[in-house]
Amino acid sequence: MKRAAAIAAVASTLGPECALVACNGMIGRELFTHGDRDSQFYMIGSMGLASSIGLGLALVQRSRRVVVFDGDGNVLMNLGTLGSIAASGVTNFYHVVFDNAAHGSTGDQRTISDKVPIEQVAKAAGYRRVVRVGDPAGLQAALAGFFVEPGPAMLLVEVERGNQPGIKRVEPEPPELTARFRRAMTPSA
Amino acid sequence: MTSPSRRFLDLLEAHGYNFFTGVPCSLFEGVTRILDVEPHYEYLSAVREDSAMGIAAGAYFGGRQPVVLMQNSGLGVSMNALISLHQIYDIPALLVVSWRGQKGPAGEPSQDAPEHLIMGAVLEDFLRLLQVPFAVFAPETLDADLARLTRTMHETGKPVALVVPKGMLQQ
Repeated sequence: MKRAAAIAAVASTLGPECALVACNGMIGRELFTHGDRDSQFYMIGSMGLASSIGLGLALVQRSRRVVVFDGDGNVLMNLGTLGSIAASGVTNFYHVVFDNAAHGSTGDQRTISDKVPIEQVAKAAGYRRVVRVGDPAGLQAALAGFFVEPGPAMLLVEVERGNQPGIKRVEPEPPELTARFRRAMTPSA
Repeated sequence: MTSPSRRFLDLLEAHGYNFFTGVPCSLFEGVTRILDVEPHYEYLSAVREDSAMGIAAGAYFGGRQPVVLMQNSGLGVSMNALISLHQIYDIPALLVVSWRGQKGPAGEPSQDAPEHLIMGAVLEDFLRLLQVPFAVFAPETLDADLARLTRTMHETGKPVALVVPKGMLQQ
């Protein structure tokens, strides 16, 4: 499965009431290319911290579903945060990991996720549900209930290496991304 | 009698801070002793200081005004989060940073453990280099310093720091 197609498939199931935090690299750019929304935050630096950002938001807005789009390189860089997420008991936290066992933005250098099953690490850390899928049919089946049942939950999607042509850079400047995301999260403020 | 740590937390709340995360240090153990047991603060004990910075960013997006507590060694761990998340995205936070390895009042070498000596010696220069406005904790000027730092934080949209020497917040 191509990563861009998997990202589009998952993003299409989410409404604008969900918060979506995307990690740095191609994952955020592919999400932006698929479709931009004020309720989407693109982390362009600080690799490894998308899950922490999602956790902070999920903690203070317990009634909002918070979805993090992550990569294997990102999760492996801050594995301890899986424990923080599980221990915090954030039932509104949903972690979608697009796993190509490679650092896709820097030239597909291998990570270690082919030997370390990230969803099993999340399960051991205390995530309520974890599921691994490897093809479009499996992904569609998993998506049917994934964001309905309580979290913290991880959906790991195995994707192919390689980048799609025509993927844009995230266009708004970082301060604008902050301002519009915070407005979307706090409409009454 | 109100402890220094209780007074500090009350002042933070008076200045609008309403989300607390971080990694402990013995120099502010009086503060984390309260945060750990009083659910009112919803304190999240983070696994690493950079993760705490990310958690604080998320809380800010959700409408909070966050505090991140860390030892000065953790400032090193946090450097990339500070630069490539908070500073470029205009995400404010108050960093409460302990000062292990601080030299004596006349510049005498610190007697602290070896791992703290270098960061302790360069802490103020390090914060200046990273363009983080800061104050050194002093009980008599704390309220005014917090007011000034918080105003700067709101005006710039970027993190500010309060540096905590030994003996200030252990009780």
